[in-house]
Amino acid sequence: MLRITDLFARVEEKEILKGLNLTVKPGEVHAIMGPNGAGKSTLGNVLSGREGYEVTGGSVDFNGKNLFDLEIEERAREGLFLAFQYPVEIPGVSNMEFLKASVDAKRKHHGQAELSAVEFMKMAREASKRVSLDQAFLKRGVNEGFSGGEKKRNEIMQMMLLEPSLCILDETDSGLDIDALQVVANGVNAMRSAERSFIVVTHYQRLLDYIVPDYVHVLANGRIVKTGGKELALELEEKGYAWLENEAV
Amino acid sequence: MSDFQHQAIRLTAQQQPLTWLESLRNKATDAWLAQPWPTRKTEHWKYTPMQGLQKTLLHVWGTAANQILDKALQDELIPVDATRLVFVNGVFDAKHSSRLPETVVRFSQADAEQQALIEKYLGNIVEGEHHLFATLNNAWVDDGVLIHVPRSQRLDKPVYIVNVVTAVAAVSNQRVLIVLDENSQAEIIEHYLSSADVQNGFANSLTEIHLGDNANLQHYRLNMEEEHAQHIGAVHVDLQRNARLRGFALALGSSLMRVDYQLNHRGQGAELDLQGIYLPRNQQVVDYHTNICHWVPHCTSNEVFRGIVSDSAQAIFNGRIYIHQDAQKTLAELSNKNMLTSNKAEVNTKPELEIYADDVKCAHGATISQLNTGARYYLQSRGLSRAEADVMLSFGFINELLEQIAQPAVHDYLQPRLAKLFGRDNSLNEVNVLAELADDKTIG
Ligand SMILES: Nc1ncnc2c1ncn2[C@@H]1O[C@H](COP(=O)(O)OP(=O)(O)OP(=O)(O)O)[C@@H](O)[C@H]1O
Ligand SMILES: [Mg+2]
Repeated sequence: MLRITDLFARVEEKEILKGLNLTVKPGEVHAIMGPNGAGKSTLGNVLSGREGYEVTGGSVDFNGKNLFDLEIEERAREGLFLAFQYPVEIPGVSNMEFLKASVDAKRKHHGQAELSAVEFMKMAREASKRVSLDQAFLKRGVNEGFSGGEKKRNEIMQMMLLEPSLCILDETDSGLDIDALQVVANGVNAMRSAERSFIVVTHYQRLLDYIVPDYVHVLANGRIVKTGGKELALELEEKGYAWLENEAV
Repeated sequence: MSDFQHQAIRLTAQQQPLTWLESLRNKATDAWLAQPWPTRKTEHWKYTPMQGLQKTLLHVWGTAANQILDKALQDELIPVDATRLVFVNGVFDAKHSSRLPETVVRFSQADAEQQALIEKYLGNIVEGEHHLFATLNNAWVDDGVLIHVPRSQRLDKPVYIVNVVTAVAAVSNQRVLIVLDENSQAEIIEHYLSSADVQNGFANSLTEIHLGDNANLQHYRLNMEEEHAQHIGAVHVDLQRNARLRGFALALGSSLMRVDYQLNHRGQGAELDLQGIYLPRNQQVVDYHTNICHWVPHCTSNEVFRGIVSDSAQAIFNGRIYIHQDAQKTLAELSNKNMLTSNKAEVNTKPELEIYADDVKCAHGATISQLNTGARYYLQSRGLSRAEADVMLSFGFINELLEQIAQPAVHDYLQPRLAKLFGRDNSLNEVNVLAELADDKTIG
């Protein structure tokens, strides 16, 4: 699915990722934890192709392709999905039209016909129910005036509609109340399958009670400095990251 | 003084004007001929390219031409449940107009009382000296529309005034007078159209609005003429105490479109919101000059204009806010944002703020905007190409204003039409899809 080898990346002349290695196989769920500013979101941005994030070394293989050969939208159409830590508000652009355009873009890429408006609406309605987001949100501007939790649920709804093969969730649990957390976790769990992989970035062990990971990694100072099973998350919750500092240097 | 000015007056020989308007016409004729033709050196006309109009030979009064709305233009009307008045080349088209309620009358049909009211306001809300083409409108004035809502009444339907020009090289003078007495309410839509093949025509429109104490008006002015149309127009408004105006302006662009808004806060506590969109393409020119004057304390103004200028088109926006020394506690905001989609497109935006009172809150901004790169990335990260994302974002830029249109019929008419200009698929707004959504609401 995804093989990241010795990845270096910088933002505004500052080296953030410093030799990161990570392999994700189909069906696996990987949690990434780590201190603020460690480079977790940077990793997501680099993988999705955000402008301004310059790759200075290493390689990423995504389903047999060199990820860096693909444009932002091609990565998405090929099945990479990043749920943002801070989803952007786009007033004036209807959420519904945006969602349909993105689903259609993916379908076209895979040689399928675009959905009719009614077909799409049925899907969107279904998805919005699954994340407990009122229909009214479909008609609003993209994330416009959504609360923090509503934005996150909108991200998960997009993930459901796009059916990606690799889902990267960047702190999707932050700012969620306990009910919303459950909704998001249920959504993710319902999508787990032998072909679909997840990278879940989080600060809280709590989420991992609901979405049980196969691996837990610690990302510190631009590298994966420790990898373990789900029990590692508990240990981190207890001890913090300081004890790993030596390994981070 | 130019040939155009003389020819404009010579043309009146073809009219048979209402006699009781004669003194207004005569005074205006003299004033029109006494004023210089605007050039690049004339204040308020600096950027407006007037050479094309100046060379236009005004041959015929539009009344000589077609006077019935043709099929193609019928399809362009807004399907709104309203009192409709259609004027074709300046002539009332009774066939396509509604039966008029007492509150709406054409000047030519006005009874003595209504004539007196017209004489009281007509040409008096506009400040003649500074508005050359308003003066011309006075000189040309003949049949027009009076909407008079008496005290504490409200129009039970919107009034929808359609002005179309279909004749080549023809002139059309369009005039509206709106008088809302104390505590009355109305909604009025002015829609300007032309046939695709009209060349060298010229429409001169003028709307005067008197809003009495506590009166409330929603006003739409939609300039949707074709490529070759030339239109100069103005809206002049006096707001009395606690009056409220909500205005919306649209210009799709034509070879020349210039519209002035002159808004006067004359009574305390008055409030106005004015929003505008302009979308000139090809070689079109759109020019909005707005002038909001706060003469008295405690009034509020909020003005937002957005434009997208494409190809070799030109947009001019001049937004002035004037705050008299007596106008303490004024709240005034003006924002003008522009996007250029080609390097040949041009915008001249000039905000002017003149404040002579010390206890006021004013904000004023004019920008040439770029598409938001964060938003573009977000859309791309969901699979949209950069080009698709850009189209979606530029439509979003103006759709933000469309979404605020209060009259659903106007919103639903404009939204798909403008979306189409952006090459947008609008299938999601079709009736069956919306029904699907509504349907679900009732179930769950
Ligand atoms: N666009 C940017 N411009 C400048 N610096 C940036 C940018 N993006 C990230 N950085 C810097 O890169 C470092 C890593 O940031 P990143 O957002 O990846 O951290 P993170 O691990 O996601 O942290 P958090 O847990 O707080 O979300 C930080 O020092 C941050 O300030
Ligand atoms: Mg982060």
